[in-house]
This record gives sequence, C-alpha cells and structure tokens, in this order.
Amino acid sequence: MTEKDGKEGCGDGCPHGVSRRGFMTRVGAGTIGLGVAAAAGTAEATVHEIPPGEPHRVTLTVNGTTHRLLVEPRETLLYVLRERLGMTATKPGCERGECGACTVLIDGAARYACLTLAVEAEGHEVTTLEGLTKGEEPGAVQRAFMDEDALQCGYCTPGQIVAAEGLLRARPDPTLEEIRTGMSGNLCRCGAYVHIFRAVKKASVLRKDAGR
Amino acid sequence: MISSFTYARPKTLQEAVELLAKPGARAHAGGTDLLGCLRDEVFSAEKVVSLSGLSELKTIVPSPLGLHVGALTTLAQVASYKPISGMYRALAEGAAAAASPQLRNQGTLGGNLCQRPRCWYFRGEFSCLRKGGETCYAYDGENQYHSLFGPGPCFIVHPSDTASPLVALEAKFRIAGPAGTRTVDAEAFFVLPDAEVQKENVLKAGEILTEVFLPAQAGLLSTYRKVRSRGAWDFALAGAAVALVVAGGKVAKARVVLSGVAPVPWRAKKAEEALTGKALDPAVIRAAAEAATAGAQPMSGNAYKVDLLRGAVEEALRAIA
Ligand SMILES: Cc1cc2nc3c(=O)[nH]c(=O)nc-3n(C[C@H](O)[C@H](O)[C@H](O)COP(=O)(O)OP(=O)(O)OC[C@H]3O[C@@H](n4cnc5c(N)ncnc54)[C@H](O)[C@@H]3O)c2cc1C
Ligand code: SF4
Ligand code: FES
Ligand code: FES
Repeated sequence: MTEKDGKEGCGDGCPHGVSRRGFMTRVGAGTIGLGVAAAAGTAEATVHEIPPGEPHRVTLTVNGTTHRLLVEPRETLLYVLRERLGMTATKPGCERGECGACTVLIDGAARYACLTLAVEAEGHEVTTLEGLTKGEEPGAVQRAFMDEDALQCGYCTPGQIVAAEGLLRARPDPTLEEIRTGMSGNLCRCGAYVHIFRAVKKASVLRKDAGR
Repeated sequence: MISSFTYARPKTLQEAVELLAKPGARAHAGGTDLLGCLRDEVFSAEKVVSLSGLSELKTIVPSPLGLHVGALTTLAQVASYKPISGMYRALAEGAAAAASPQLRNQGTLGGNLCQRPRCWYFRGEFSCLRKGGETCYAYDGENQYHSLFGPGPCFIVHPSDTASPLVALEAKFRIAGPAGTRTVDAEAFFVLPDAEVQKENVLKAGEILTEVFLPAQAGLLSTYRKVRSRGAWDFALAGAAVALVVAGGKVAKARVVLSGVAPVPWRAKKAEEALTGKALDPAVIRAAAEAATAGAQPMSGNAYKVDLLRGAVEEALRAIA
C-alpha cells in the first residue's frame, strides 16, 4: 500500500500531500517494524542500523546549512528535500534515474536525488538549486539560462542548472562536445537543448568573470 | 514510495558479510539499480546493507602484476583514472559509455557488474522464469532487446558495459563471503540461465564482490564499441570489447567479447580464432567481424542486432589496427 500511494513529492500544494502520506507511513511501519527489530539487536554495537519505519535522526548538510531531522531509511533525498525541508527547487520526474529533474550536487558532483537514500547523504555536502543563488540574486548559471532563453515550460530547468554547475566545477571551460556529454543526463521534453548548450557555454564565461 | 526496510551501514567487511548472509538482505553500493528495483517491486529487501562505510573497497592500488580496483570505485572514476584509460582502455570506454553522467558519479564498478537485467517483463509486473515463475514472456513476446546467443530458457542480455571489457582484459574478481575469500575469472563470474535462471552471477548469500584485478600484459591493446539507439543513457543494443596482444605485427592473443546480445558477456571464439596469428589487415578484420556473428539465433524481433554486432566488432578492430 505505501509504495503505490503518495507518489513522492507529488508537488507543491499537493492537496493530499504530507499528512496522509505521514499517516500511511506510520501504519505501514508499525506492522513491519516488530518482526525485524529483534533480529537487528545483535549487531547493534558496531553496525549503524536503523529499523524499518523508525524515524531516525540524521544530520544533513544542505547548501552549507546543517539540518537535524528525522527520516526513515527508505526515504530518498528527493523526498526529504521537498517534503521535510520544504526545498522544492529539486523536481520529481521519473524517480528512476531516467530524466535528471532531481539533479543535486553531492560533494560537488551531479547525482540524482531520486536514487539516493537520505541516510546515505549523511556526512556529505548536498547542494541544490537554492544553494546556487545569493539571496535573491541569481547565480552565474541561472543568469546564463535566462540570457540564452534556455527554457520553455521550465520544469527540467532546476535539474539542468544544477547539472551544468556540476559540469563547470569539473570542467570550467568545456567544449560543445563536452557540454553535450556532460548534460546528457538531463532530458528536456520541450526540446530546449540548443539553447541549453549555449547557456552552459555562456555560464562558463560568466563564472570566470565572477572569479570562480 | 519504496517499501520499508531495515538499513545497516557496517564499518567492516566481516560485518557486512554477516549481515548479508541473512535472508532478505541486499547490498547497497551506489543504490542506482537497487532503489529502482525496490521501487518497481522487481524484488524486495528486508534489510539494505550499505557498503558505503567500507573504505577499503574504494581504493585503486597499482602493483607490478597489475591494478587492483576496489568494487566501490565509481564508474566516473573508472572512466577517467589515467592508469585505467591508458593500459585498460576498453574498461575506461565501457564505463564512460554506461548510463548518464549523474549515474556514473554514483554507480560503482561492483554495482554495475551485479546489476539486475533490464528485460521489460522482468522489470514489469510479470512473474517470469527469472522471478520464479513458469514461463519466459519474451520468447513469444516483445523481444527486440533480447539475446542472440545462449541456451535459454531465459533470453536476457547482460546489461553491464563494464562486464565485456573485463572479460576481454582477463580480469579476476575477488569475492568475500561467509566461507572466506575466493577469486574467480571474470568470465566464470557470470552464469547462463540454463545453469541458474534466477541469478546472473556466482555470488552466494553473504558474498560481496570486493575487488576487480586487472593483470598487466605486455603489448596489450583494447577498446570497446557500443551501439545504442541514442547517444546517452541507453543500454547496448550490441557491443564488442576487443583485447589483443600484438607482437611483431601479428596478433599473438585475441579476446573478442560481445555485449548486449547474450545473458553473459559472450566470447566470440570464432572471431578470436580468425584473428590469432594474423596481421590486422582489412580482410582479416572483416572475416573476424563476420565470425563474431556465427551461431547467432535471432528471435522474432531482434535479427537487426546481427548487423549491429558485425559493425561493432569491425569498428573496434579498426580502432586498434
Ligand atoms: C536510467 C539508467 C540507465 C542505465 N544505463 C546503463 C548503461 O547504458 N550501461 C550500463 O552498464 N549500466 C547502465 N545502467 C546501470 C547503472 O550503471 C547501474 O545502476 C550502476 O552501475 C549500479 O551501480 P550501483 O553502485 O549504483 O549499484 P547498486 O544499485 O547499489 O547495486 C546493484 C546490484 O548489485 C548488488 N551489488 C552492488 N555492489 C555489490 C558488491 N560489491 N557485491 C555484491 N553485490 C553488489 C546490489 O545488491 C544490487 O542488487 C543504467 C541505470 C539506469 C538507472
Ligand atoms: S527473458 Fe528472462 S527475464 Fe525476460 S521474460 Fe524471459 S525469463 Fe523473464
Ligand atoms: S526524478 Fe530523478 S532522474 Fe528523474
Ligand atoms: S523546458 Fe520544459 S522540459 Fe525542459
């Protein structure tokens, strides 16, 4: 029941969102939790072990801020960012590693938040689109996406921008071919690719001008 | 959402092995395949045992005899690490051709080799042979992405782009388990469905692939060619890893290992024979490419792969020549 219900982060202002999902989660957890807790006991001394459904305290560093929060082992970073931390720039798309909408940086490298357990992100630096702005001031890659009109509907854009940031951190001055390869983990169903590639090139210049 | 599971992050290999020996436990390396399978209920996990605390599995150690690559090395690292791209180019090219940049940043070499197949019946809501059911739905069904080689009764293709290069490079896999450690040849790691239809490799309960060893070989040249329906993010329709030892202008030793066309990395032994002892001229290359398709048994929807395969082998050999 739990997995088919409440699709992760069904969206901003989702009418049946958090409270029902929270309820379902707890009901599911109670029944399964009992059986496994006993088995888990033995290894506890040295092994970091979290029983199913148990909210567990983790410390996540997101955009330089430390958050202490309760998560379940099965919750993805995408879910926790959106539903627990209210950071909705990171978008749910396929939730199977096939679209790139959920791209975040982990220790500076682009990864899919939908295929990352929140508990696995502990001890690592997570950067989301929110972390690429300075207050209300857009960052270099965002600026370049606006300048080059690199979006239509905009749904894929946060993921594209974060992927571009990851690419430019590794390769500050990419060729067009490197941009195509580097951005190949992000789909745009509006087909804004040509503008996106141009924006990434422009962003590499803007970043240099800004001394990064 | 994914069904509930217990999560454990052991700090030592010994603990990880003990945890994984229990029924219902699954290893988590990068999680990119595991979480997809759990979400789609391809299988379930009572306990997810994260390997991320095992730093000894993250190292790459050169030795005079070769290169020891830890199973938790990411595909991005495998693709860009100079000693790999220099000496074992087919492996670097295979890793670079897998999945997408984000998945390569996260997915590990060990996970890539142990990932589950992509047959859409297996990934969908079909209780087929590989899931313990009674029948193979692909045999009489939609099989355009299925195998050309192999004995049946399941017709998956092995999804990994690093597996064929590793068999071509004569890699050895180190495995830790409840009974201690053992080493198997890359080729012997993968199992055909007539021997074992619900598994793709020899790993037993509690066993962890810990290291891939790449032996040093003088005069070794290798490359990997992958054909797919779009330039990124797609599994191989057909592919070929070629590793040759060339001495005095002649091929002293050849391995031609096909991907995307069989349930395991498939050695094209006829192609290997067609190369051995010869100079790599165009006629020899063409003959070897043709020989690589010998014994192919297309199904109703995948005969097109035979041509792709011939082309992939020819391109790989030309790139080396
Ligand atoms: C959209 C998409 C496209 C892809 N395209 C390609 C492609 O073109 N080519 C390609 O090769 N791959 C492709 N992949 C697969 C991807 O490369 C793998 O998901 C990845 O390499 C798995 O690594 P991981 O570390 O994330 O493994 P995990 O997901 O952590 O593990 C995968 C499986 O292996 C087991 N396992 C992991 N490590 C070990 C170990 N050390 N010992 C024993 N068992 C272990 C796990 O229990 C699990 O069952 C694609 C994946 C996706 C989602
Ligand atoms: S090819 Fe294998 S995995 Fe696919 S339906 Fe047939 S038995 Fe199942
Ligand atoms: S939502 Fe993560 S890749 Fe599509
Ligand atoms: S702008 Fe609409 S999906 Fe990319």
